[in-house]
Amino acid sequence: MTLALYRIDDRLIHGQVVVGWGQPLDVSFIVLVDDEVSSSDWEQDLYRMGVPPQIEVIFASVETAAELLPAWDADSRVGILLVGDIDTAVALAARVPQVKRFNVGGVHHRTGRKERLRFVYLTDDEATKLRQLAASGVDVTAQDVPTARAVPVAEFT
Amino acid sequence: MSELRGVIVSHAAVAQALVAAVTAITGIEGALTGISNEGCGTEELAERLREAVGAGPAVLFVDLPGGSCFTSSARYAKRGGADIAVVTGVNLAMLLDFVFNRDISPSEAARRAVDAGAKAIRVTPA
Repeated sequence: MTLALYRIDDRLIHGQVVVGWGQPLDVSFIVLVDDEVSSSDWEQDLYRMGVPPQIEVIFASVETAAELLPAWDADSRVGILLVGDIDTAVALAARVPQVKRFNVGGVHHRTGRKERLRFVYLTDDEATKLRQLAASGVDVTAQDVPTARAVPVAEFT
Repeated sequence: MSELRGVIVSHAAVAQALVAAVTAITGIEGALTGISNEGCGTEELAERLREAVGAGPAVLFVDLPGGSCFTSSARYAKRGGADIAVVTGVNLAMLLDFVFNRDISPSEAARRAVDAGAKAIRVTPA
């Protein structure tokens, strides 16, 4: 199989990812791409605690992810790739042409952001970056759980 | 020793419902605060924790041993500056025990909560 889901979610590993998407996709591994988490053993332990032992968790910086993504995508198992913010998604897509889709799964309220969907708050700059990402050929949709509708980028940016 | 605060951290409205249940059973008010991760990113959840915990000491009772409630609570306990312990798998039994035993340290209260909570989980003989 492949990386079945590329997701932007500021909570990174949490219930919606592990159970909501993990169960129906029958996920065997999760790749968490985050420069800060990938350099902290303590943070990695925290995120690992939320994952059943049969699911492998791989932590990577953007640089390492850019190098290893083709191998993860060619893995015979099903995986999910997670990033915590739009800048990381944009950086990864710019470096790895085979990133062809991103699911916006949760970007929450912060000063300067406006509500676009119940689970998506964006600054104008972030909205522009998502539209540019889509214009570069990446399919960008917002969808918190698999049973919800995938909202096209034009409807929430 | 100042009396401990308990802060319940949960998905949806589980935390608030547990606070209401403890008050209904014991009549004790103000010992527990419930906060939800509803609509929260990590920063906003940290802010809710900061407001609920205050200067501490405190015990954070988290619903699951993983996920956004848990990671935010563990991170807050580590960096928040106050004396804080984190217990996962919150249930009503551990909270009922906690509200009557708050003149101990957060780590002692956390151990007590694990005992009281685990004792309440049983299979009833048919």
